[in-house]
Amino acid sequence: MSEAGGTITLDPTLDRAAMRALAHERALEERRTRRRERRQLLLRKPSFLIGSLILFFWFLCALIPSVIAPQDPAAQDLLNKLKEPSGGHWWGTDVLGRDVFSRVIDGARVIVFVALGATIIATIAGTMLGLVAGYFKGRVDEVIMRIADIFSAIPTIVLALLITSTVDSRSMLIVMFIIALVFTPIVARTVRSSVLGEAELDYVAAARLRTERTPHILFSEVLPNILPALAVEFTVRLGYAIFAMATLSFLGAGAGPESSDWGTQVATHFKFLNGLNWSATVFPAAAIASLSVGVNMVQDALTEVFER
Amino acid sequence: MGRFLLRRFFLAIFTIAVLSILVFFATHALPGDVAKKVLGPFADEAAIKQLNKELGTDQPITTQYLKWVGNAAQGDLGKSYLYDVPVTEKLRTAIGYSAKLAIFAFVLIVPLSIFGGVFAALRRDKRIDRIITIGGLSAAVIPEFVWAVFFILIFGVKLRWLPVGATPPDGANIFTQYKHLLLPALCLMMVLFGYIARITRAGVIEGVDADYTRTAHLKGLPGSKVISTHVLRNALMPTIAVVATQTGYLLGGLVAVETIFNYNGLGFLLRQAVVQRDYLLVQAAVLLIGVLVVVSNLIADVLYTVLNPRIRQAVLA
Repeated sequence: MSEAGGTITLDPTLDRAAMRALAHERALEERRTRRRERRQLLLRKPSFLIGSLILFFWFLCALIPSVIAPQDPAAQDLLNKLKEPSGGHWWGTDVLGRDVFSRVIDGARVIVFVALGATIIATIAGTMLGLVAGYFKGRVDEVIMRIADIFSAIPTIVLALLITSTVDSRSMLIVMFIIALVFTPIVARTVRSSVLGEAELDYVAAARLRTERTPHILFSEVLPNILPALAVEFTVRLGYAIFAMATLSFLGAGAGPESSDWGTQVATHFKFLNGLNWSATVFPAAAIASLSVGVNMVQDALTEVFER
Repeated sequence: MGRFLLRRFFLAIFTIAVLSILVFFATHALPGDVAKKVLGPFADEAAIKQLNKELGTDQPITTQYLKWVGNAAQGDLGKSYLYDVPVTEKLRTAIGYSAKLAIFAFVLIVPLSIFGGVFAALRRDKRIDRIITIGGLSAAVIPEFVWAVFFILIFGVKLRWLPVGATPPDGANIFTQYKHLLLPALCLMMVLFGYIARITRAGVIEGVDADYTRTAHLKGLPGSKVISTHVLRNALMPTIAVVATQTGYLLGGLVAVETIFNYNGLGFLLRQAVVQRDYLLVQAAVLLIGVLVVVSNLIADVLYTVLNPRIRQAVLA
């Protein structure tokens, strides 16, 4: 995936700054064109548009739940608990008589922020490690990859359960860091393999010839070229983070039972499925499904556009 | 072949060793007194001391670790605080249940996913191909317990086709037993089908486009024979690797599935142990799951080497 690298001629009369400026300018120009093409391709994909719309809706719920939710998600009404959907409560009421619709809206905040936070942390940390491993190879690479192997030997859910069991307080923040911790080596592995391909290319050799410093080569030369792969990896990880986060909170590793978190709502109510009440379980479950599918649609479109 | 497999074997041993350190230190070295965590914040000092002594948690951490590993090697993983029986005994019953569910699920999932993948590949870019690949991958991103909610409601409560719990009544015949396992297996399938089908599809497409397939066609072999002897033999190679790596996901998925279907397996046990803070049981269960994943990956490597003549020859040379 060479961009400007191959076309630069190293004119001995130019100094380093001028050569860098020239290379930079050409690279920027090419990148701009490609970015424009990609954007147009993306906007023509229905899966991208529908997926983005779903994500946008839940993101809005996460940011301003009180504006969207018709009722107070914490208001209890014990006389009207586990009611079927009605005009007063569109999605019925839960075990404490709280409005399920408002609680699902309110719960978006938990899953969106935990999953997004975990993915961002893992992507940043994984990118650093992957760049270093792929560029320097040798022993550093070996160590980082063996650690990644060990992490992939235990299923995410099991590893996360192990760690949550040792921490005294139950908190969503811990779940976020655990998911980030588990995903970091996986991101590192993806970045590493992209870097391995890039490091062979002429533009890296050219940068070395200009005696650029290593951080400059890594962050200003290599990193921009692996950004498309990184964007795809980010959405893939986001999907898995939602999967892991929902499952962990369903298993009781995250928020307490009073939380409006979706997995927790399912955990509290699934025992009523057998005839007593379906809506308090099905709607939070459907919310999880819609968020997962939304991320998947966006990821699918990105993969197709970036990795053609 | 020996050299390569030997390296793999040592890597597996190394992974298990590091895993055991990770598991042990995660439950012991993190801040907090083990006995205090078990007994709660209001327990009196003497009781905490007594329990720490009983558990051996008053000794230096490395001594504890070496003792734990030494005992584990002899099949002694300590006593479950929660159930008051040896951990190994608890694990043995649980793994029997989980194995039954997992094997049943695999027997359903693997042939069906491979069939789906081959079917999609042979109708490449037609509508049915898109339904299988996109549908399969969309289904895979939805957690097992969410599928369970939908399936319980539809097949268990509304249509009354299948029982909603995975544990059959005592003395049920084999047919009833598996009928109870059908919904849990179906949830696991929703998540695994997409991956296996996609990798099979990719393998078959590569095989169909390959020169040797064209040669086989040109020398007049019938189409079905070309597919079965030339395309599938090569196409299923990556599938084997993927199926083995899915064992880890399957084991992770079992935790949620066994919980929602109330099934007494390893995942259910692990979750109970985590919620009740039964450390020895948590350690042992996590280590066991880790070992199972490592071993299944090793088996995949061996199978891959034995089945693929190219690798076999390369490592023999």
